[in-house]
Order: sequence, then C-alpha cells, then structure tokens
Amino acid sequence: MLQQIIQTLPQVLVDGLTLGFIYAVVAIGYTMVYGILELINFAHGDIFMTGSFVGAGMLFFLLSIGFMSSVPSLILFIIIILVAAIVTGVLGVGIERVAYRPLRRKNAPKLIALITSIGISFILEDAVRFIAELKTGNYILTAPPMFQHRFVLNVHSVFPFFNNATFQSSFLVVSIVTIIMLISLDIFVNRTKWGMAMRAVAQDRETASLMSINVNRVISVTFFIGSALGGATGVLFLIQYGTIDPYIGFILGIKAFTAAVLGGIGNIRGAMFGGILLGVLEMFAAANLSIITNNAMDSGYKDVFAFIILILVLIFKPEGLFGKAAVEKV
Amino acid sequence: MKLKRIIPLFAVIALVVGLIAGCSKSGGSSGGLTVIKIATQTPLSGGSATLGEAIKNGAQLALNDQQKAFNKKGFKLVLAPYDDMADPKKGVSNAQAIAADKSILGVVGHLNSGVAIPASQVYEQNSIPMVSPANTATAVTDRGLKTVNRICARDDFQGPAGASYAVNTLKAKKIFILQDQTPYGSGLASAFRDEAKKLGATILGYQGITVGEKDFSGVISQAAATKPDLIYYGGVYAEGGLIIKQARQQGLNIPIMGGDGMDSSTTVQIAGSAVKNVYFSTVVGDITKTATGRKFADSYKATFHKNVEGYSAYGYDSAGVLLKGLMTAIDKNGGKLPTRQQVTTAVRGVQNYDGIATKVSFDSKGDNKFAKIYIFKFDKAAYPATEQTEITKQ
Repeated sequence: MLQQIIQTLPQVLVDGLTLGFIYAVVAIGYTMVYGILELINFAHGDIFMTGSFVGAGMLFFLLSIGFMSSVPSLILFIIIILVAAIVTGVLGVGIERVAYRPLRRKNAPKLIALITSIGISFILEDAVRFIAELKTGNYILTAPPMFQHRFVLNVHSVFPFFNNATFQSSFLVVSIVTIIMLISLDIFVNRTKWGMAMRAVAQDRETASLMSINVNRVISVTFFIGSALGGATGVLFLIQYGTIDPYIGFILGIKAFTAAVLGGIGNIRGAMFGGILLGVLEMFAAANLSIITNNAMDSGYKDVFAFIILILVLIFKPEGLFGKAAVEKV
Repeated sequence: MKLKRIIPLFAVIALVVGLIAGCSKSGGSSGGLTVIKIATQTPLSGGSATLGEAIKNGAQLALNDQQKAFNKKGFKLVLAPYDDMADPKKGVSNAQAIAADKSILGVVGHLNSGVAIPASQVYEQNSIPMVSPANTATAVTDRGLKTVNRICARDDFQGPAGASYAVNTLKAKKIFILQDQTPYGSGLASAFRDEAKKLGATILGYQGITVGEKDFSGVISQAAATKPDLIYYGGVYAEGGLIIKQARQQGLNIPIMGGDGMDSSTTVQIAGSAVKNVYFSTVVGDITKTATGRKFADSYKATFHKNVEGYSAYGYDSAGVLLKGLMTAIDKNGGKLPTRQQVTTAVRGVQNYDGIATKVSFDSKGDNKFAKIYIFKFDKAAYPATEQTEITKQ
C-alpha cells in the first residue's frame, strides 16, 4: 500500500503544485481585499474566469491576423497575459467603484457588500457566457495548444522506489510566472511606499487617512493588483488545461478562498502557502484516497479529505496557519 | 433629479406593456386551429447544451414535417422548448409549468437521467406522456410509470455491450474505470464493470471524479500507476474530453472508452489530437448511412444552419413517436382534442414506428424493443467518429 503511494508521489507533486500555484495566486486576491476592507469579494473567482476568457479572445484574435507565425509563442504568451491582467485589473477597479464604494460611503453593513459581490459574480458569469456564445456558438472554449512539449522527469533511475513523472512545458510556464508574481507582490507590499500605505489602511483605515493617505486610492490600487493577478492566473489556467467555461471561477474561487482561510485570511504569504498546500493535498487525495481507505472511499471524496484537513487546522489554530490571533484591546 | 424619478416609471410602463402583449399572444387558438403544444425539456445552457439543443432542433423538425397533417384535422402544432439546465430542481419546476399549460400534450426529453427521474413523477401525476430520446438509466422505466417511454437503449444494455466490445474485440484484460458520480455516469460504469468482470477482465480501479472541475491528473496518475490496457469513463464530454487529454499527457496511449455522453463534436474540440484511439458506445447510430438519414441531415442543416449531432435524429424520432400517438388519440376521439390520458395510452401503444434512427415498438414498461447499441471510434481528430459495429438487444 505504502509502496504504491510512494511510487506515484513525484507525479502527484508535479500536478499538485500546478493546481496549488493557481489556487495561491487567486487566494491572494481574496486575502488582499479582505485585509483592507474585511470584505469577502466573491466576485474574485469570476474575475479569474474573465481573465482566462480575455486571454482566449486575445489568442484567437492574434491567431486570426496571423501573428502567431511571425513571433515565438513565448512573446505571444507575454502579450496575452499582460493584456488579460490589465483588462481584469481595470474591471476589478470598476467593480469596486460601481458596487462596493457607494455601499462603503453609506456605511452599509458588511453583509450587504457580501451579497453584492455574489450578485456581481453571477453577472460576470452570464455576461461572459453570452459573449462567448455570440462569438463561437459554444461557451466551452478550447484554446489552440501552446507549450505542449512533454518532459519526462526521470526520477526512477535516481530513486528506484519512485515512478517517473511527466509534465508539459506549460507546467514550467505556470510555475515560473506564478513565482515571479508572488515574489514581486511580496516586494511591492513590504518594500514600497504604496505597499506601506496598503498595510497602514489594512491596520486602521481612519488613522491611515489622518496620515494623509488617500484611502480610496489605496483601495483602488489593491483591487487593481488583486484582480490583475487573478486575471493573469486565468490565462495560466487556459495554457495549462486548454479548456475553459464561464463556470470555472465558482469552484476554483471557493477553493482559493479556503486556501486563504487556511493560510490566515488577510495574510499574503499565508495565502500563497495555503494555496500550494491545498493543491497538493487535493491531488494527493485524488490519487491515493482509495488506496488509503482500501476502496471504501474513491477519489471523488478528495474535497472532503481536503476540507477535513482545513477543519482540523482551524480547530487548533482558528486564525489560520500564518494569521495572527486578534487581540482585543480594551 | 426629475430624470431619476422618470426612469423607474418607464421601467414599470415597459413591464406592464410587455405583460399585456404577452397575454394576448398566448390565446387558445390561432386562425381557427386548436393549438397543441409539444414541450421539449433538455439542457439549452450549461455543459451539455450542444446535445440538448440537438434534441430540441430534431423535435422542431418533426413538428414542421407533420404540421400539414395536423392542420388538416384542425390542429396546429407548436413546440414549447424548456431549458432544464441539466439540473433536477429546474427540471421539476419546468415540469410543473408544463403541467399547468393545458395545451401541452406531450414532452420530448430529457437528456440526463438524473433530471428525467424526478421530473417524470410530475408528468405521471398529470398524465403527460414523455418520450425520451436519451435517458439510458434503468430506473427511468423500471419504476413502471405509465407516462414514461424511451426510444433509446438502457444502461444495463449499453454498459454490457461496451464491455463485450472492450473485452472480446479490443482484447482488454486490465481495465481502469472512472465515473462522474451522476446517476448516468455511475450507472453506466457499474454496468460496464460487472459485465467486464463476468467476461474475465481484471478491474484495476473504480474511481469517481467531480463534474465541473478541469484537473483530473490526480486520479489519472493513479490509473497510470496500475498500467491498464483500457480506461473506461462513465460521464459526459466536458469532463471526458479533458480526461482523454490529460491521460495522453501522462503517456497513457491506450484505448479509452466511454458511453454516449462522449458522442459530441465538443469531445474532439477539447481533446484535440488526443482523441485518436477513443471508443464510445452509443444508442445513436450513424444516420448518414441511409438515404432517409442523409435527407434528414440536409434538411436539418438547411433549417438550423448547424450540422446534425448524434441526438438530433433521436429528438426527431421521439417527437415523431409522440405525434403518431397523438394522431391515433385524435382519431380515436373522433377528431376532437384528446385528453392527456388518451394520448398517454396511445403513445405507449405505438408499434413498429419506422423512424430515421431507429424502429420503435414499446413494451409494457415503455422500453423500445428495437433499441440498438453502436460502437464508434475516433480515428482522427474530427467529428463524427466512424461506426465500428452494432450490437442488438436480445
């Protein structure tokens, strides 16, 4: 039994990391907005989805004008991911302006903003579906293959108890791009003036505004960055899995939100770690659950497994793995 | 400020005008003809909309073709398409709406057995005859409902037919099975599993996946580790296409087999060149082999500007059977509008109906005695696939 689990471990790790990186970046979007506004922005999963559709649209457009033949696919990819990030970033700022800011100005309860975000998520799903159906007649889009070169990671010859792992070059693209995004975000938040302003607003909005910080602008920047990262991840998802539909944001959004809670909501490094952990756990469960439970549970229960881990973590550490326990000052 | 107040006023006016206009249209008769509505209930949105729309269009074409015969008797046929969104809750609430519309005398649908089973309870209470083009789950007719009929084969035949092809023709000895945890997918997969075991194959694993997800590499790497020589998937193309693709990415260049849920051009779109060496069993044959089938395909294309999907002809035949029953009921009732009960009895009594895709004779449960299973294979990345063989019910 153990031998079987160990054999597939390299492949599980490769697949789990791919999924985990995607969860991680989407989780950051949830955690950043929560950190600043204490708002769970449920529309974020659908911003991710919109990003993947913008990327697909851009890809089809560039293909139709014959751009692909003249440039290497890496440059094409960089153009697409930048366009998708900017479009979704602007979309995120727009959503904040139209839907959340008026509520904030009127001091509406947080629950209202939460329901608004759920409404926005439905609007995005159906708007994208409508446009996709109008253009192609089918809203399940399949992108032309990119980065399809297959690598075989020859672990077996070094460690004979492992099986070989295979992955596509898209795995490398996803990992490198997400690592770049994660590191630059970390530097941005911790080393720059804007990052400092952001952290100040997260700590205490009113005091920050007294220190001549333009709170609304900081919130807009937060939404822009969170949404742009989400949209860019949408493009990565498109490259990795090839097929997208307007409903991918829902399940993925919930899981990314879970990852953010697992890492400690409001904590950016926690979200990164939580995302990767959740991806690997889920993949591990999908591959091994039936072996561990001796066929009592098949891999369909992988989410149950992942969420049991979440509950266990939260029982012992309710603030999440990286979160700080809230100290009530009286 | 004033403008702000006017806008809601306009909205209300528009709503009221719309309501009035809507009411005036849904009158009982048009041009002296009594309107008979035939409803379709299929997913027109969501992951399996391609198949659902094919059924709806097929039924529409059947209505168009029979319109004249009914006009002569003083009736006008109207199609009432409902979108069940492949969702049992939506299917039931649509069924209630259908029951409330007294001019509806029959239903063509559903695509998903999971939706058909609860919805047909409502049809039974209101005695609305249903003819299903695609529900293969055994429970659909095994409940012994008077209103429920199907022209396609049953799962407990589709699964075994696939298994006998996999084991006897493809010589598969070690089989790994995946299913999507819906009544359709798991019903198909477990029927396949039992028959394959009986025929002497080893089942290496039987695993579930979640509908709506895109990454199945975890369970595929588990399959790859057991080194199977065939993978069977019980489910629909949206996940099936990705499973094919991700299996090939992990170096599994073995035959992959599925049920009729894989019979779609979208399978090819999603899986791309990985679709080669994929087999599926289906209740729908290649209609373009016969002259009437080709004629149907042409008129379908001319009417809807789309190519026929596998289920188009079955939608047509389901509606055809329903209309034949309806015609009998009208004649028996002396040319007057029959009741729903009369239509239900007449539809169940249909014998030797020659459709485009299949011949139809209902047995006492509402199953078609002439149902066949066809095995198809994708030789290249193009739809439709090529028919390999057909297996008839014994």
